[in-house]
Amino acid sequence: MMQQGVQIDLISEERLSELTSMEKIHMILDNVRDGRIVILEKGLNPEEQSRLIEMTMREILPDGFNGIEIETYPTRDDAPGFLRRLLGKTTRESRLTVIGPANQLRMIRKDRDMISAWVSSR
Amino acid sequence: MSIFVRAKSRVSKFLMAFFRKRRSRIGIYGPPNAGKTTLANRIARDWTGETVGPVSEIPHETRRALRKQDITITGNNGSTITIDIVDTPGVTTKIDYKDFIEYGVAKDEAVIRAREATEGVAEAMHWLREDIDGVIYMLDSTEDPFLQVNIMMIGIIESRNLPVIIAANKIDLPDASPQRIKSAFPQHPVISISCTEGKNIEELYEQMVNHFG
Repeated sequence: MMQQGVQIDLISEERLSELTSMEKIHMILDNVRDGRIVILEKGLNPEEQSRLIEMTMREILPDGFNGIEIETYPTRDDAPGFLRRLLGKTTRESRLTVIGPANQLRMIRKDRDMISAWVSSR
Repeated sequence: MSIFVRAKSRVSKFLMAFFRKRRSRIGIYGPPNAGKTTLANRIARDWTGETVGPVSEIPHETRRALRKQDITITGNNGSTITIDIVDTPGVTTKIDYKDFIEYGVAKDEAVIRAREATEGVAEAMHWLREDIDGVIYMLDSTEDPFLQVNIMMIGIIESRNLPVIIAANKIDLPDASPQRIKSAFPQHPVISISCTEGKNIEELYEQMVNHFG
């Protein structure tokens, strides 16, 4: 009997740094379409995220893959400072990011320092 | 045509291309239901007498990036800008046709709407990375700015050094708090507006002339 469950891939910053942007995006999307949860030690930059969303949209099919859930931590400052830095000139570093299939991964709660997610098997 | 006439024509086209002020493409971005299409329609109606797209309660009513070209806005001191307004779909990472069915749309139509919505979001992402010259970032002033802001989109705006105006919309509603949005974005112009009532819309136009001109 086949064991039921969800595969979670935790990918280190070192491994990610060896990949080009397109390689990262393809790896994420291929894994997520296979029903896996991908956790990146260091998240994508805004351009990469935007390309990931663009490619995700092109993969969506009726009664098939319907997209992704993606969540990451904000920067470490408190809210006003966070938003000030967000639109200021400082460089923001991407942080741990969780990505999964939209029909299996559901974000329950997000805080500045905690993300709660619910994962179901297919 | 003589060689002199051809040469004159070429020089004329070159000079026209060189000196003609390029129109700026201003994208209206923001979360779903912040009032992006309502603003695009108001701008287009106020300055051209036409509209951009329909507004409704059904999610993803704007399913393609809709462009209204050649809108000339005049400021109080008489200076003008000519822009193309690009009304974009609310950015999302998932689209399921069944969500449309919940709003009473038939299945065949829901599948079509879902496909159009995916194309629209992809297009909006592409526009922001490649083709937009300035952004009006719409936020709902009745909601917490921290929960509405899209870090990725702000990151792209920042990395491309695009001029941005934050529009704190829905100030006509009783629980609106545009001050929260102003506090959250101290380094950028924040204009409190009501797109449906037109409140402070002149102030937005003035800011657009100053900021995008």
